[in-house]
Amino acid sequence: MELYPITPNHYLTLSAILFAIGIAGVLTRKNFFVTLMSLELMLNAVNLSFVTFAKVHGDMTGHVFVLFVVSVAAAEACVGLAIVIALFRLKETVNLDMFKSLKN
Amino acid sequence: MLEAIVFYILAGASVVFGLVMITRVNPISSAMTLVGAFGALAGLYAMLNASFVSIIQILVYAGGIMVLVIFVIMLLNLHKDDLEPMKAQPLWIGGTLVVLFGTILGPILFCVLPNKDWTWSSLAPDFGTLMTVGEKIFSDFIFPFEILSLILLTAVVGALVMAKRKL
Repeated sequence: MELYPITPNHYLTLSAILFAIGIAGVLTRKNFFVTLMSLELMLNAVNLSFVTFAKVHGDMTGHVFVLFVVSVAAAEACVGLAIVIALFRLKETVNLDMFKSLKN
Repeated sequence: MLEAIVFYILAGASVVFGLVMITRVNPISSAMTLVGAFGALAGLYAMLNASFVSIIQILVYAGGIMVLVIFVIMLLNLHKDDLEPMKAQPLWIGGTLVVLFGTILGPILFCVLPNKDWTWSSLAPDFGTLMTVGEKIFSDFIFPFEILSLILLTAVVGALVMAKRKL
């Protein structure tokens, strides 16, 4: 892959790298907020692929899907933050390791 | 040439901001760097002729969702000694990244993508503008669009039910 000119592969590579960073954040961090934000980064990586393929095929359906993904991400962030407020009231922490009472 | 320079600046910024985001102890710093990453991604969307998506990225993500996240972080008012046990373990993050690149992304990036000769198609001048995307939403995707309003309503009611002390 050459550095220049910029092809769709460049954008897809960037999308894959951002997705990997997001996965690493979700898997390794214990802070609920950082996990939630890594999730948003993963959604954005997928959006970048959608927009790239929209330009490759000259079809705007990808843009419509990005708008849907953004709306669902907003709903997910809203519910996720409500859950963390309820959990914080219960245990006074946002450490994900502390929330395992369902296990035993 | 200019396009390539702008692409590498924005791509580098988004990757660096992403890496900084998953390694900060303080969630406020994470949120601020993520806003930077979203800004860089909005620039990339604009480079891909997706002007409406780029504006929505700034308005809804950087302006709406991240403000909500920062608001809740400040509401819970965590102290430094609360945050210390949750700090990033660089070894774990590095290991996870290496494993991901070695097993999943490496084969895709180095074996699958080089064999695909995708090229940019020639675009109409009004590709990705508010008007054309809006026409698509309100003709082909009107039913998913209405379902989406139902999802948002459910999320609002669900968040209220969970976050409220007593109903």
